[in-house]
Amino acid sequence: MSYQGKKNIPKITSDRLLIKGGRIVNDDQSFHADIYMEDGLIKQIGDNLIVPGGVKTIEANGKMVIPGGIDIHTHFQMPYRGTTTVDDFNQGSKAALAGGTTMIVDHVIPEPGTSLMEAYDQWRQWADEKTCCDYSLHVDITHWNDSVKQEVDNLIKEKGVNSFHVYMAYKDYYQMSNSELYEVFTFLAERGGIAQVHAENGEIIAEEQARMLQMGITGPEGHVLSRPEELEAEAVFRAITIASQTNCPLYVTRVMSKSAADIISQARKKGNVVFGEPITASLGTDGTHYWSKNWAKAASFVTSPPLSPDPTTPDYLNTLLSSGDLSVTGSAHCTFSVAQKAIGKDDFTQIPEGVNGVEERMALIWDKAVTTGKMDENMFVAVTSTNAAKILNLYPRKGRIAVGSDADLVIWDTDSIRTITAKTHNSAAEYNVFEGMELRGAPLVVICQGKIVLEDGNLHATSGVGRFIPCSPFPDFAYKRVKARKQLAVLRAVPRGMYDGPVSEFSMSRGGTPSASARTSPTKQPVRNLHQSGFSLAGPPTPDDVPIRPAGRRIVVPPGGRSNITSLS
Amino acid sequence: MSGSGFQGKNSIPHLTNERLLIKGGRVVNDDQSFYADVYIEDGLIKQVGENLVVPGGVKVIEANGRMVIPGGIDVNTCLMKPFLGTQPVDDFLQGTKAAIAGGTTMIIDHVTPQPEDSLLEAFERWQEAADKRACCDYSLHVDIPQWNESVKYELELLVQEKGVNSFQVYMAYKDVYQMTDSQLYEAFSFLKQLGAVVLVHAENGDLIAQEQRKILGMGITGPEGHPLSRPEELEAEAVFRAITLGNRVNCPVYITKVMSKSAADTITQARRKGSVVFGEPITASLATDGSHYWSKNWAKAAAYVTSPPLSPDPTTPDHLHTLLACGDLQVVGSSHCAYSTSQKAVGKDDFTLIPEGTNGVEERMGFVWDKAVAMGKMDENQFVAVTSTNAAKIFNLYPRKGRIAVGSDADIVIWDPDSVKTITAKLQQSASEYNIFEGLECRGAPAMVLSQGRVVYEDGNLQTQQGTGRFIPRKPFPDYAYQRVKFRNQVKNKQGVTRGIYDGPVYDVIPTPKYITPAPSAKTSPTSHQPPPIRNLHQSNFSLSGAQIDDNVPRRSGHRIVAPPGGRSNITSLG
Repeated sequence: MSYQGKKNIPKITSDRLLIKGGRIVNDDQSFHADIYMEDGLIKQIGDNLIVPGGVKTIEANGKMVIPGGIDIHTHFQMPYRGTTTVDDFNQGSKAALAGGTTMIVDHVIPEPGTSLMEAYDQWRQWADEKTCCDYSLHVDITHWNDSVKQEVDNLIKEKGVNSFHVYMAYKDYYQMSNSELYEVFTFLAERGGIAQVHAENGEIIAEEQARMLQMGITGPEGHVLSRPEELEAEAVFRAITIASQTNCPLYVTRVMSKSAADIISQARKKGNVVFGEPITASLGTDGTHYWSKNWAKAASFVTSPPLSPDPTTPDYLNTLLSSGDLSVTGSAHCTFSVAQKAIGKDDFTQIPEGVNGVEERMALIWDKAVTTGKMDENMFVAVTSTNAAKILNLYPRKGRIAVGSDADLVIWDTDSIRTITAKTHNSAAEYNVFEGMELRGAPLVVICQGKIVLEDGNLHATSGVGRFIPCSPFPDFAYKRVKARKQLAVLRAVPRGMYDGPVSEFSMSRGGTPSASARTSPTKQPVRNLHQSGFSLAGPPTPDDVPIRPAGRRIVVPPGGRSNITSLS
Repeated sequence: MSGSGFQGKNSIPHLTNERLLIKGGRVVNDDQSFYADVYIEDGLIKQVGENLVVPGGVKVIEANGRMVIPGGIDVNTCLMKPFLGTQPVDDFLQGTKAAIAGGTTMIIDHVTPQPEDSLLEAFERWQEAADKRACCDYSLHVDIPQWNESVKYELELLVQEKGVNSFQVYMAYKDVYQMTDSQLYEAFSFLKQLGAVVLVHAENGDLIAQEQRKILGMGITGPEGHPLSRPEELEAEAVFRAITLGNRVNCPVYITKVMSKSAADTITQARRKGSVVFGEPITASLATDGSHYWSKNWAKAAAYVTSPPLSPDPTTPDHLHTLLACGDLQVVGSSHCAYSTSQKAVGKDDFTLIPEGTNGVEERMGFVWDKAVAMGKMDENQFVAVTSTNAAKIFNLYPRKGRIAVGSDADIVIWDPDSVKTITAKLQQSASEYNIFEGLECRGAPAMVLSQGRVVYEDGNLQTQQGTGRFIPRKPFPDYAYQRVKFRNQVKNKQGVTRGIYDGPVYDVIPTPKYITPAPSAKTSPTSHQPPPIRNLHQSNFSLSGAQIDDNVPRRSGHRIVAPPGGRSNITSLG
């Protein structure tokens, strides 16, 4: 498997490559040009390049040359109740390369209560040992307190992580309350991070699960019955509301249903900064399989949010992806063996969640969106690679074929047809959720870090060559608008004279609009509170009666006169 | 004005008060308008038609072709809502007088117990107060301030014996009234079984609390902080969530106080998808907007404070009227809850302490006429529907209330579509110093109001009698809300798939399961305390020893699903 000794690639030329006669496809335009690469970087683009002798040349013969795919959502080697997913960083990144993906972004999932930093280090170690392609990391925030805050700050500033994932589902485990979400989003907005959410209403799910089990529904169909797509849409709506309040860019992972996608596209039309990520599974298959008589097959589709039982969903999501309402595609590749899935054989809530898709992702989008005429090839590059690079702030190093960019390239064969099956896929899982699907479009040659890793159907991946690519905060793609809005949406108080009329006395028993802060009055008081009259005739209201904030605080008239804020906020 | 007894007022002789004939009017119901006379006896409508045969000596009211409509029903008033020990300045007497002056002959008031109070006791307190003082028929919603087992028992009692079929839950007021999603789910499930209508105060309380802290921290303490800390998004978000919960539980949801365009749009979209949801805009949201929160006059700005707040977007009233006219919003309330300026001034240095509530019970019908009917958005039948009939249907009062028909209560209004008056606090019935509609011109007003078959308002003169209002009990399972729900219940049965038992290898799980989505029921395994299996550190995923399979799976083992006679199920997108 190692690089040397394979076929006709001489060792000397490994760092120098020339792709001749290809059509370069970026997200903005396509053009014919040759590409010369050296030391893992693209050095020259154009016609009639002057290159050193002895350079290995690949004849593209007019085929498309696209930036290598970026799979923005994977779970390789994820620990789960004492075991790990069957695809580790080696197996997983090989599958990625075989599908034309040259960079993955994996999720670091610390157990609630444990250190984010330690988990990050652990993931880095696993990945550095084994990955065959460049990678980056998202960190999941599974609990929230001041020390987590500190760690998040460090991760952003020193460790090259700019995206953090929070959960609205998994009650009593990962789930965060609305207030916590508000605080996390506020914090990330200050530090320039991207807030990713797993959007499902965990509380209602818990109730529904209990109900399903009570009704005697224990098989995988219970999974989708207890997580109807409404709950996904509801959570997406709520996440968008919170993000908009805190002026934080939002990224919704795993858009699985039409209604969730609709909410995102509506919000975008209203101007919210929100990105939606459908995954390979939601773009390629549907949830009818949960009712399969074959338990193992049904269980292999279990993921959260679940695949929608509505068979028109994939088509719809592909349409929104083409129109730009959904921005990026991931795979959420997280594979368990049948024996692992069988932990939940008598209780669907125990089935480990995850589907495959890292290998099929690009071909599936090509087949479902480009060959059907929904999407053009430039948009294809945008949703499989460029947009992800922009969100991660890696653009133009990744996601573009340009001088100076990393030499992660794919020569795409638009006509190749193959049938997906678990027998030939690169994942270690026994089931493939796309089993039997015929896909048009496949990578012909994959170049990663300037080296050929896939050619003529043979994979030459090397374990451990993958580098960690640090992401810096405040990606323009997400934050430019946010910054501009921050300047506009400054709230101002109305300068008024002091109110000096009568003030009703009141007892601070309970009730009233709770001002959640600790500010509210420790003063227990007045004797006269049972009077019917609303008027307190007793002379000038003493500040003591009013249990408030710095008393006698006169608001100074600002130089600009009164404010005119109406609907801006 | 107050306490003016029935007798001794201008031209109505004592004798005829039980028998009345309205002649020559145009009867307007929600479905049709027609010319007919209406004969009333003992507080009921006895005959409707032309050339009625009536006893002699009946007092005759000449309608002269004017509209004769069912009296308005104001579904949302708070005439006794306590706030920090004080009560609104309009109590049941003052409030119902204002209602009648505006053409409303029935109110449904909110019983607002404090957390930990008994719902039943609160209900009785309200009923007692209203029986003594109300001048028109009334009914009561009960607010559920918190959710627990004892509340359940009281709810059952209220529904089955006390004639309450609607309960309000709160998604706002964190740490006081607010319920979590789980509690809401349980409350919805329970109320649905009882056949009650769930009223929802829809605002995201968690976010409000955060925003309030932020805004106070910025030094904004005046009433403008109120809308700034409660942007309309938070309302729309909560509406969306409430509807989702309602769909899940298959329970009708009624959104009280629809104040913003986006909340109304959310309701509209949900109705298009088939959700059973009702929306109630209030007088304030239909007639004015939130720009007044920025008024330099503190007392005026504070008078507008209510929750959800009025939207600062001045196009809101127009939009809400459009949706009301097309049927996407169904009923108009007033949420009348009037506090005096000195009561509002409790929050003079901190907007979160300003008592919430606006006036509107008197102006309600007039503004709907002025802004919707007179503008050509709505016809007179729809006007009757949104001000009276729909409310009666949703709360199971129909056709006793909300319709002019033989056998219905004689709550009737003769409506004058041409009267024009300017709203001002000086002339209002309410006792508060501010009227948030101050200076607005309003076309359309009642010329005469009959409550329980008696003339209580004529040509600007009130002839109400304190304590004549009756409590109108309401039965559960109103058809208007529950008929669809019942059918859906039958259709929506879910079935498991019948499979053979999975007998392949099962991975050994370390106990102390962490990654379980918690099934909150008590079902989850009391057996999980067993000692950890020794083999759990193996790399291999295969457990080859078959005997252990069931030991490690913490659930009833050997639970075989019997194949149902109908074969396998085909559920796809129904769920």
